[in-house]
Amino acid sequence: MAWVNAIIQGVLTGGLYALFACGLSLMFGVMKVVNLAHGDLAVVAGYIAIGVIAVTHVPVLWSFLIVVPIMAVLGYVLQRTVIQTALDRSVLTTLLVTFGLSVVIENGLLQFFTANSRGIGANLALVTGAFTIGSQISIAYLLLLIFAVAVAVLLGLQYFLSRSKYGRLIRAVADDKEAAQLAGADYRHVFGIAAAVAFATVALGGIAFGMYSDLDPTTGTDTILLFAFAAVVIGGLGSLWGTLLGGIVLGVAQQIGAQINISDELLAGYIVFLIVLILRPQGLISRGAQSS
Amino acid sequence: MSLTTETTARTAASFRVTRSQRNVAWTGAVALIVVVVFAFLPYIVYSGSTSILVQAFIVLTLASMWNLLAGYAGLVSVGQQAFVGLGAYFVLILALHGISPFAALPVAAIASGVAALPLWWLVSRLRTGYFAIATWVLAATIMLIIEKFSSIGGGTGLPLPGFAGMDPTLLTAYTYWAGLAVTVLSLAGIYLLLRGRIGLVLTAVRDDEVAARSSGSRVGLARLLVFVVAGIGCGAAGGVLAISQLQVQPSAVFSVQWTAEMAFATIIGGLGTIEGPIIGTIVYMVLQQTLASYNAWYLIILGLVAILVALFARRGLWGLVDERLHVRLFPVGYWLRTGNAASRGRRSG
Repeated sequence: MAWVNAIIQGVLTGGLYALFACGLSLMFGVMKVVNLAHGDLAVVAGYIAIGVIAVTHVPVLWSFLIVVPIMAVLGYVLQRTVIQTALDRSVLTTLLVTFGLSVVIENGLLQFFTANSRGIGANLALVTGAFTIGSQISIAYLLLLIFAVAVAVLLGLQYFLSRSKYGRLIRAVADDKEAAQLAGADYRHVFGIAAAVAFATVALGGIAFGMYSDLDPTTGTDTILLFAFAAVVIGGLGSLWGTLLGGIVLGVAQQIGAQINISDELLAGYIVFLIVLILRPQGLISRGAQSS
Repeated sequence: MSLTTETTARTAASFRVTRSQRNVAWTGAVALIVVVVFAFLPYIVYSGSTSILVQAFIVLTLASMWNLLAGYAGLVSVGQQAFVGLGAYFVLILALHGISPFAALPVAAIASGVAALPLWWLVSRLRTGYFAIATWVLAATIMLIIEKFSSIGGGTGLPLPGFAGMDPTLLTAYTYWAGLAVTVLSLAGIYLLLRGRIGLVLTAVRDDEVAARSSGSRVGLARLLVFVVAGIGCGAAGGVLAISQLQVQPSAVFSVQWTAEMAFATIIGGLGTIEGPIIGTIVYMVLQQTLASYNAWYLIILGLVAILVALFARRGLWGLVDERLHVRLFPVGYWLRTGNAASRGRRSG
């Protein structure tokens, strides 16, 4: 039963990883930008949430109503200024610039908020509570909620991209930005919208992780960016639902690893990632990983 | 004016292809003098100064290797700390078996280069951003694997043995010379590599990958070689780090901060020139020493400067010098000079 429990926990944490991964996947799919500051921005969102809760006393769960718009605006502004300028230079420049941002944000958080880890709403019944099935399986309400949020976000993204006006624009610009430009779509603005959407998911990921575990300045790269990337690669690049599949595979691998030896949780996840990288390179290449 | 129109407009006889516009023999002579002066420093200055220089040697070696990867081969690796860590651990493992850490240093460097082969096989399928994060994941994975072996210190690391009974002054001097040797060999190695066939292939790939491939350049092989050389260089720097710190700690040697430092120094100095990392390392050391009492501030400022340079002065500080004076201290490219003295000529590489 312990193994069944591990698998259930893994599937549920997969939802959290999908929440990390879908923004990374969206930015690459549309702008061909691999945002190395992705995880650090999620930590920033988490810290904003902590600040917002402390200052305005909004209920913890509703803090996202304030944090998500803030991050979306930040995403739009960052895309229209720094990232677009880098894109105009070269793909290499976007990597250098987002890596620079990542290091600056991480050390900035370290400088202003110390290396102490912080949680969000750690005393909430929802965060600590769980229900049990039988004697071995215990399911945390929080993980279930995060999984539901992840599925809702993916459904929302799918609907947004396939049905809405901006979704159509984003797909058009992702396909051929010059042609879209000729047809009257300002691709810079559309890129900004896509970044705003991606940053909104980053905000949810940061808040969710702050409730699930603790945030500290290094969480952004050590955990969020690397897990998001592993989920994207395992699930198949460029596919939204692939990020959920990838997140679940990564989560299950980690939980099974932890079941074998508690210190092997991270290693098991990365080894599964490497196995996928070795065995399914054709899948990776065909979905645009090799576009240079 | 494009090269083609230029060539058709003039007769071939009026062109001259040179490595440099000026004689570079003096660069070699000055470089030799600089190395000799540096080699004699331990006899003159206090050990505090040499230990700062050892740090500068490590950063310069790392930055030059990262420049080779990103500036010449287009491979942005965010996982070079994997090789820093491997180099440090190879020195530690050999030292635990009774070999002098100084004798272990070259072995550790070669071993890091050998380790680069399977790692290249894993990440070479990915390009640009995905290559970057994949190298990062690899570095994290290697650290997790090394932490599993308690005989080499597990998650906490070990002090480096092999220095018992050694005179501290002599140890400082030897460490300094080891750092100097690693740096000089790295720079010379990169210079020779880029002046040779590999340099030509890399330049061709940078200008037009499809054209380079279709004219028979062995692009994959050139990139593999660059990755291995960078592995050797970063491994050697990691070995020097272990010797200068007298201990090896997994989270310290496998820290992504190493890659941040090498990348920032290179970008600020000038990506894609041999001189760039040298200038960048000087800027880095000055900032780091000035802001030493302000914790993480030097990295924040370096990062911001690197972002601004990457966006607005893409060829870095050396690029600004080069644009005005047309100087290359270590020319690895070619100048196409026209017969017309008024025309400035074109540079490639």
